[in-house]
Amino acid sequence: MPAPKIEYAVLAPVLILLAAGVIAVLVEAFVSRKYRYVIQTTLSFSAIGLGILSVALNKDVSGRFAEGSVAVDGVSVVLQGTILVFSLLGLLLIAERGFQSFTAQASTLPGSADEQRALASGLQQTEVFPLTLFAIGGALLFPAANDLITLFVALEVLSLPLYLMAGLSQRRRLLSQEAALKYFLLGAFSSAFFLFGSAFLYGYAGTTTFEGIKVQISTAPGNDLFLLVGLATLTVGLLFKVSAAPFHSWTPDVYQGAPTPITAFMAAVTKVAAFGAFLRIFYATIGGMVWTWRPIIIVVSILTMAIGTIVAIAQKDVKRVLAYSAIAHSGFLLTGIVAFNKSGVEATLLYLATYGFTTLGTFAIVTLVRDAGGEVTDLNRWSGLGKRSPLIAGIFTLFLLALAGIPLTSGFVGKFAIFSSAYESGNISVVIAGVLASAIAAFFYIRIVVLMYFNDPQEDGTSVMIPSPMTAIAIGVCALATLILGIFPQPVINVIDSLAIFVAG
Amino acid sequence: MNWLTILGLLPLIGSAAVFLLPREKEVLAKQLALGISSLVAVAGLAMATSFDRGVSGFQFVEKYSWIPAFGINYGLGVDGMALLLILLALILTPVVILACWNEAEGGRWSVKTFFALLLILETMMIGVFAATDIFLFYLFFEAMLIPVYFLIGGYGSGERAAAAVKFLLYSLFGGLLMLASIIGLYVVSGDQLGAATFDVSELQKLSLNNQTELLLFLGFFIAFAIKAPLWPFHTWLPDAAKAATPGTSVLLLGVLDKVGTYGMIRFCLSLFPDASKQLGPTIIVLSLISIFYGAFLAIWQSNGDIKRLISYTSISHFGFITLGIFAFTAQGQSGSILYMVNHGFSTAALFLIAGWMIARRNSSKVADFGGLQRVTPLLAWTFFIAGLSSLALPGLSSFVSEFLVLVGTFVRYPVAAVIGTLGIILAALYILIPVQRALHGPVLPGNENLKDLNLREKIAIAPVIALIIAFGFFPQVLLNVINPGAQASVAALNIEGDK
Repeated sequence: MPAPKIEYAVLAPVLILLAAGVIAVLVEAFVSRKYRYVIQTTLSFSAIGLGILSVALNKDVSGRFAEGSVAVDGVSVVLQGTILVFSLLGLLLIAERGFQSFTAQASTLPGSADEQRALASGLQQTEVFPLTLFAIGGALLFPAANDLITLFVALEVLSLPLYLMAGLSQRRRLLSQEAALKYFLLGAFSSAFFLFGSAFLYGYAGTTTFEGIKVQISTAPGNDLFLLVGLATLTVGLLFKVSAAPFHSWTPDVYQGAPTPITAFMAAVTKVAAFGAFLRIFYATIGGMVWTWRPIIIVVSILTMAIGTIVAIAQKDVKRVLAYSAIAHSGFLLTGIVAFNKSGVEATLLYLATYGFTTLGTFAIVTLVRDAGGEVTDLNRWSGLGKRSPLIAGIFTLFLLALAGIPLTSGFVGKFAIFSSAYESGNISVVIAGVLASAIAAFFYIRIVVLMYFNDPQEDGTSVMIPSPMTAIAIGVCALATLILGIFPQPVINVIDSLAIFVAG
Repeated sequence: MNWLTILGLLPLIGSAAVFLLPREKEVLAKQLALGISSLVAVAGLAMATSFDRGVSGFQFVEKYSWIPAFGINYGLGVDGMALLLILLALILTPVVILACWNEAEGGRWSVKTFFALLLILETMMIGVFAATDIFLFYLFFEAMLIPVYFLIGGYGSGERAAAAVKFLLYSLFGGLLMLASIIGLYVVSGDQLGAATFDVSELQKLSLNNQTELLLFLGFFIAFAIKAPLWPFHTWLPDAAKAATPGTSVLLLGVLDKVGTYGMIRFCLSLFPDASKQLGPTIIVLSLISIFYGAFLAIWQSNGDIKRLISYTSISHFGFITLGIFAFTAQGQSGSILYMVNHGFSTAALFLIAGWMIARRNSSKVADFGGLQRVTPLLAWTFFIAGLSSLALPGLSSFVSEFLVLVGTFVRYPVAAVIGTLGIILAALYILIPVQRALHGPVLPGNENLKDLNLREKIAIAPVIALIIAFGFFPQVLLNVINPGAQASVAALNIEGDK
């Protein structure tokens, strides 16, 4: 049997990140604690930098590689580029050492003497870096995967580190660990669904590759039981990852419990990766069955928008509000799947890019608002922030307006593109639901703005940290991107439009 | 020369300059804001002199590609209606700044911020009336909310935060419905015209099927009806007007609400003629309800809060304006456009003087005033003239417009016109009752030492009163500008039986 043919250059982005992850594990094991932080950050940032470079080199590639298990085409290049940029920004937050978001030693029991000792001695473990690198590697592979096994492996490589990272919070460790466990259990459940669906699809098509399934759908009748059950359960697994209703219930708890830099990373990167996979499966693989899946995705999309926006109104914790907002945005993004046309692909890619910057920025600002015990996420204590710290409150307002989709911010451009693609496909019901949901959503974003500007500050020790250069750069880049994508989106749209083509089937 | 862009940029630059001044330089901030807004007003009037009154299309046209991927252009241009509304905004802004010299003191933020926000708002007002690209219009339509929101919420009185939020949510909701329709138009234009566009003149060429047209029309119409405000979409207005400072209320009712009625003519009628004709009678009924509803509430309020009273009278007046628009006659539409301008000035006068009365007496209750005619004769007279204009007394500006609206309506809907005429009688009641209570009668205790208008206030109110009287006698100046556009707009509706 000949050795499998691997196109290293084309797969370089994934390989670089995974290799860096392996090296980072070795660094953890063999390098003395004193140098670890410096080495880990250098390693991670250079890996991402190299990754971006190698993605850029792939921009004219279109084909299937690694024995047909990975598809590299314009869509995956855009997605991988987006993922890497967001990873870079997320890593800037994770690497922040001016204030501690992460527990000193994750293995100590919360409240134990060991934990006290670890804190007192200023220990700060760096295992978060290899975990992050693996997660990025998985995220890069996920939207490019071109068979079910690769897709599953990518999903696990992406998810497993995230389960651990969610439990690393320094403050409210029990809540954080609970969140991690919840995420793990529900995630394992959804993985099982995913695998179950893959098995059925294999039974249906006799192959795990996407082209094989596509060919089978176009030749055989589309109402095969194996196909339908397989698709249904596979979709459940994916919907869980993008936190679409009714599989969204983990999101608020995990977003709240996880250390905020991790939440930021997760919110941006996982969403891009998962929707990337969504696009490849629904557009490029089971597009022939659009009449079967479209009604279901329409219902899920409307339900997700409704739950995300309505439940968010009742939230009192800023991270939970943002979590429900993330759910609502998944609903908006699903309208791009519903569209099922070329502009739907472009709009989804654009939306992911705009949303990622904004959401990273919001969570970055959440890391800054603190009291002696750590981050302050109780919304009532954010009141009067506009008076105390006009610049940070102003930038936060910009992000909130972008999340609400107000014109001249990136959020509007994304929403406009995605709703018009859905309208173009004739699915006006999702557009109307989307617009109404945006109106409701505007309410709770604006409520936070009101709170910051119209209420008086409380004297409870809440203050805004002066960000170190790393966090400051991350916030600055996100704010700038939110504005530029809102006012002059044309260059980015041009890039996406010229690249957003799936490899020919 | 890009007149409109320059006009729009000037206040924006001014606003930045005002905002960058140190916090203590309050007087300088006010002077700067006044200077810039006066300069803009002069520039606007200068521009108006080169406006060609004989033609109906857009003039001073500018068009640049902005986001080609979405067919979005930076397109500006004005016809007669837009020009007059822009001039209304340009004249009222310096008047408001001068009249409300000390209004920002009780605010949540610094004084300079108030004036910076006013100047930003001026830019938005110019933009919203000058935009010929629907997307650009939508942008200004929504962006306008932000300065107003801060002006009400930060510098108002009473339940200002709640009123500001209510205002914002109503408008935002309407705006999003309009957005849904805009997306619809955009997609349909892509199908029919080859390339998707937002250009108003291009979009008029679309031929929509009936159901689509009705839906898209409703998206626009509800947004504009909330803005205007038309019954039953009006509930935000009294709260907002009561909580806002008088200066903000002037711009809110005098100019911003006109965006609603302006939009009905510019977009609803021209883009969706069939849907307009189909729903016209319904809207006529809503207008009549507005006329009476506003009037009755104003009478009810005639012993209560003076700012609420004025805002209720405005609901009634907006009923007349929509009545004239949806009568689909050239006279009716000319009357409505003229009404928008005249209502702007007379409401401005009422609000400003009411604001001065409230500031002097520390009360906004009509019942707390009394005998002002004797204590403060000049203030009382100006209020009286503004009030008479508001009730459309012949010789003052609103008369001509109300007359034209009713005549124009009579041609098509005689019954509606007759019913509407009854509204004028109510107008006499809701103006004369408070005039009698506040200005005449014995001087109530606490009112003996009220001061009459000072020089600043006289200068501020003089141009407004002068214009109210001048337009009462020479409405033709305005009508010459309005008529070509109104005639073209009604002719484009292609109503059977009209020549």
